[in-house]
Amino acid sequence: MAADAGAFEAGPPGRRARLRLSGLLWRRPWLKALGLLTPPLAVFVIVYIGALSVLFVSSFWTVNAFTAAIEHTWTLANYRLIFSSGQPYLHIAALTLEIAAAVTLTDAVLAFPLAYFMARLAGGRTRAILFVMVLLPLWSSYLVRVYAWQAMLSHDGAINWWLNKLGLPDQNLAYTNWAMWIVFSYVWLPFMVLPVYAGLERIPDSYLEASADLGARGFKTLRSVILPLALPGLVAGSIFTFSLTLGDYITPLLVGGPSSQFIGNVVYDFVGINANVPFAAAFATIPLLIMGAYLLIARRLGAFEAL
Amino acid sequence: MRIRKKYVLSAVLLAAVVAAFAVPAASVQAGSGLPTKIGKGEGRLNVIQWPAYTDKSFAKKFEQQTGCIIHRKTAGSSNEMFSLMHGSGGGGGGGANGYDLVSASGDASLRLIYARDVKPINIHLIPSWKNFLPAFKSPPHNTINGVHYGVSVQWGPNTLIYNTKKVKQAPKNWSLIYSKKYAGHVTVPNNPIQIADAALYLMQTRPSLGIKDPYELTLKQLTAAGALLARQKPLLKRYWVYEADEIQSFQNGDVWIGAGWPYQTLQLQKAKAPIKEVVPLPTTGWADTWMLARRAAHPNCAYMWMKYVTTPQVEAKQALVFGETPVNPKACPYMNKIKKGSCAGYHLNEPASYYQKIKFWKTPVPTCGWKKGNGCMDYNAWQQAWARITG
Repeated sequence: MAADAGAFEAGPPGRRARLRLSGLLWRRPWLKALGLLTPPLAVFVIVYIGALSVLFVSSFWTVNAFTAAIEHTWTLANYRLIFSSGQPYLHIAALTLEIAAAVTLTDAVLAFPLAYFMARLAGGRTRAILFVMVLLPLWSSYLVRVYAWQAMLSHDGAINWWLNKLGLPDQNLAYTNWAMWIVFSYVWLPFMVLPVYAGLERIPDSYLEASADLGARGFKTLRSVILPLALPGLVAGSIFTFSLTLGDYITPLLVGGPSSQFIGNVVYDFVGINANVPFAAAFATIPLLIMGAYLLIARRLGAFEAL
Repeated sequence: MRIRKKYVLSAVLLAAVVAAFAVPAASVQAGSGLPTKIGKGEGRLNVIQWPAYTDKSFAKKFEQQTGCIIHRKTAGSSNEMFSLMHGSGGGGGGGANGYDLVSASGDASLRLIYARDVKPINIHLIPSWKNFLPAFKSPPHNTINGVHYGVSVQWGPNTLIYNTKKVKQAPKNWSLIYSKKYAGHVTVPNNPIQIADAALYLMQTRPSLGIKDPYELTLKQLTAAGALLARQKPLLKRYWVYEADEIQSFQNGDVWIGAGWPYQTLQLQKAKAPIKEVVPLPTTGWADTWMLARRAAHPNCAYMWMKYVTTPQVEAKQALVFGETPVNPKACPYMNKIKKGSCAGYHLNEPASYYQKIKFWKTPVPTCGWKKGNGCMDYNAWQQAWARITG
């Protein structure tokens, strides 16, 4: 102790202060935790919760049609407009929700066999190659991939060319909701593959052996052992695919048809025109509520243990 | 105690949030204290622009002459342009995020004026202005009660583009984009201002509605225009947002006929696509204005740019780069020098009656275009009607 004190006295003042601080932090661990956590927590509260609060509060205001200034009188007018019949907004929200659900289901069906193969059957080299192939699209711009699909889906694009080669008639896929479904399913697939892979990889081999020893065939093992254990991974992946689709507005713009408005498009248009942030905010709370409900269900299904 | 602390924290947060929005709504003031001469350049100019509006081919010389280096932000739509200048909330705006100039089209310019994002300019500091076509000296989309909120720069009609292999006869009017003849192969812009095109069409086909100005619609007239557009929707292949999307749709044959701008036609013809355009009168059109941000940090460079870009030589160059028409008819010989016959090709030599048949974009306002009228539907109502049509 005396030697320690001597060290404190000996160094230059800057070094002495630093040593004293580290000593203090060692004696009081909670102080260390506070120092480490305060900056990220402050950012989280101010940026994240703050932004959401602004969004929510402003959704009860209106905007002056003349000056685009926000008028701070509390009103439910924005919500009334969204929910009144004859308005398109519920229909738009329903379309967004339907496509998001369809994309999630499609990705789950596509990702499961691939992830299963990667996690349990493939050798190290094959697995590495598959990983690179799953992740490779993420290194290119999202926009480039959507434009590539726009070209492929058009009436003289790659898809119709192949259909013709196979002797099948042309399909009018470009600028339809089908096109949105295909493109979304493609761009978000990696976000489903990875959590499902992580979930499948964690299943111990002994479980499968035990299942076989007890006389279960492949399908029975899949249904009773693998699927229940992989479910958290599937749900975790679905959180990504569902929320990413729910919030998108570029794909509907580029490959959607005349009736392919998403919640995001309406929000974007209302902010641009007359800077009607309040209405956009009110409409944006709908996906927020949907996601909130979805996350609650996902937590019940154990998704957060697979993240 | 803990719970109370939590409440205090959320209350403080809420208060901060409310304060951030609580900027008093101020009214537009008539211009006073305008500069009487252009001072020394500040060495920098930040612009929000349409693609190629400060193209290097003519901006380079300006930078060398004035020392004002241009920094560009290119917008894809009028809404984006308005958002960039206005900021997303109540407080900022007026170029608070560093912009000096914006090349606003008529559907955005009045919004910028009434949101107090732009300020009046001294038009006499721009010598070319007195040579402008009369229609663009003090147009209602940038001049209010004689106060100029910017200088007109270029304009163009909205055109009817068609594929000559599929549409054999040159269309004579706009009826083809509302008829079943080319169902499934039509395109129009994804823009609420498209309602004005429908209203203009109804002015001719249903005079009983009493539409006098396609941008000043009563509820009944707006509903009728909306109904026409709702009937149009099943005929469409798509709504287009960016020029490149429309160009691609025409190029690959997805779309045969649609509303667009001379720019798209030029690009398609350059790519040897079988594309032509007609301008059936009356039509809607756009006219762009360079507007000065209320909080512009480089006003001298901004004035220098407005002065430079309206000179005949530069007007001619810009017109041919973008495919649009100058507001300064003195540009005519320079246009012909760059490309033979282009002055007539871009309608710069038309009589005054021609310009009266082009209804230039302007923001719909409840007061029916500053005539102190009332009962017109504002742009918010247009936007909602558009959402109903496209949703």
